[in-house]
Amino acid sequence: MSAPTSALAEEKPGVQQAEVRRRRRRSTPGGVVVTVLRYIALVMSAVLFLLPFYLILRNAISLDTDITAPGWTLFPKKIHWENLPELFTDPSVNILQGLLNSAIIAVLQTAGILLLCSMAGYGLARIPYRWATPIFYAILVTLMIPPAVTFIPSFIIVSQLRWVDTYQGIIVPVLFSGFTTFLFRQYFLNFPRSLEEAARVDGLGYFGAYWRVVVPNSGAFFAAIAVITFIASWNAFLWPLVIGQDSSMWTVQVALSTFLTAQTINLHELFLAAAVSILPLVLVFVFLQRYLVQGVAETGIKG
Amino acid sequence: MSAPTLVAPAADAARPARESKGRIGGVTRAFWLFVGPFVVGLVIFVYVPIVWSVVLSFSRAQNTVTPGEWVGLQNYIDLLQPGPFLSSLLTFTIFAAFIVPLTFVLSLGLALLLNSVRVMRAFFRSVYFLPTACSYVVASLVWKLSIFNGVRFGLANTVLSWFGVENIAWLATTSPPWYWLVIVTVRLWLQIGFYMILFLAGLQRISPELYEAAAVDGARNAWQTFRYITFPQLRATSVAVLLLLLINAYQAFDEFFNLVGNSSFARPPLVYLYYTAQFNQDFGHGTAGAVILALLIMVVTLAQGRILGFGKAE
Repeated sequence: MSAPTSALAEEKPGVQQAEVRRRRRRSTPGGVVVTVLRYIALVMSAVLFLLPFYLILRNAISLDTDITAPGWTLFPKKIHWENLPELFTDPSVNILQGLLNSAIIAVLQTAGILLLCSMAGYGLARIPYRWATPIFYAILVTLMIPPAVTFIPSFIIVSQLRWVDTYQGIIVPVLFSGFTTFLFRQYFLNFPRSLEEAARVDGLGYFGAYWRVVVPNSGAFFAAIAVITFIASWNAFLWPLVIGQDSSMWTVQVALSTFLTAQTINLHELFLAAAVSILPLVLVFVFLQRYLVQGVAETGIKG
Repeated sequence: MSAPTLVAPAADAARPARESKGRIGGVTRAFWLFVGPFVVGLVIFVYVPIVWSVVLSFSRAQNTVTPGEWVGLQNYIDLLQPGPFLSSLLTFTIFAAFIVPLTFVLSLGLALLLNSVRVMRAFFRSVYFLPTACSYVVASLVWKLSIFNGVRFGLANTVLSWFGVENIAWLATTSPPWYWLVIVTVRLWLQIGFYMILFLAGLQRISPELYEAAAVDGARNAWQTFRYITFPQLRATSVAVLLLLLINAYQAFDEFFNLVGNSSFARPPLVYLYYTAQFNQDFGHGTAGAVILALLIMVVTLAQGRILGFGKAE
């Protein structure tokens, strides 16, 4: 009874204040000018942010002669849809292989990280084992060393395992993310214990509680981690470049980079390939942005 | 009546003992079932490689990743002579001096701007965040071949030509060093939206009552409110953003590799290490460089955390 009344009591002045603020903003001409200026700044920034995407599309559906024509035009003279079949049938540009490799790697890496790191995080958060704290510290220490700096050490171990030019060579070493495990542990520490206790009473062990109660009730958090991991994996460049040396193992990023630096490809094919490579992530952005924003805001310390 | 009560305590005493023993065994097994696979992987793919490379960094390892002839600190001494490794650290310093403050100011500004409007806020947020979906490779491609193409049809040169400015060979000239403009803007475009989201989350955590109190206390204008309320309240976020920006700038590779390649003028540490280890197969110097970089970044992280009080405000 007391909770609702106090909430009301708190809410009322806030609502009034907001109303006052709104009225004040609406009534003064200065406020209107400021608001208009703000929107002008927002729209101009938006144009700048979207321009590179537009340039990719513009060049992707043009001919090379149009792209390199002396007079630069915002719109292409003519849309060349035939560029699309040309890209996928050009034997010197095996972009399909790159897309396939990227898809396999990104999906398996995301699934692997979700499984390994969530289980480790759950074990560290919930199972009262003697060595849990020292092991947690041993994981935390690895956060101090940025992954990119360790690409040479990691390459050494992968080459010893004879995993160079294999999917597992690109996928497996990246799975043991101390940071993701840390995030899962923090999340599970805040997970309502009562739900799990009910599961334990029903005779489920730790694994049963984790698999049947905790995971199904943590959809949003898993989705946030999954989206961030998938994007990072799809866009990864240095590690796939080091391990995927043979052209059959190139991810789409490595393939694009090779075409860019070697310049052995038509301009419009290159831009079309870039457009195709962005498409999966733009879809992720459009449909899963809620999870993505939440993931970045909550766990954003991922970089 | 009495017999069961006598028996019951004994049974009760026996059962917890057995149960707790079973539970401890169960706890150990359950813990390793959950954490074991991760720990094994962490040892194989993080701890072993680090120890291996420290050992390798003290030996001559040309075309091999097995420790060969022991050379002591020679690899480290070689790297710390005036040369490509030290100039790669200088390149990083210049890069960080531009990218860290620019990203910080612009992403904070954009977050404040976005936070001050109501209509279409989600739309603009999505637009600014969208470049996060783009890879550094694709962005470098657009910057190099379209926007900052050094010939006439490049967008920047086209715009400049309207003002009568001659063509600029953006990436092919070192005096003036226009390539910095290309390298810095590509990263700005890619990362501003990400940090803007962090600042927006920070702004949303500030209690509105603080602003009301500030208005009562006589905060006259937007600048005073920002100076005395918003910015101090964003302290934790700001420290985290600065640290992230610095660490990420330190690991810059993709845009340098794709825009200027193995150039002598703009080669940050990771690009230098890549060419040393992967191209020249010189793993002795490569691992020594990696150890130096790892130590540097650990020192910077700890120092910045100490100076700016990382975690204190949490």
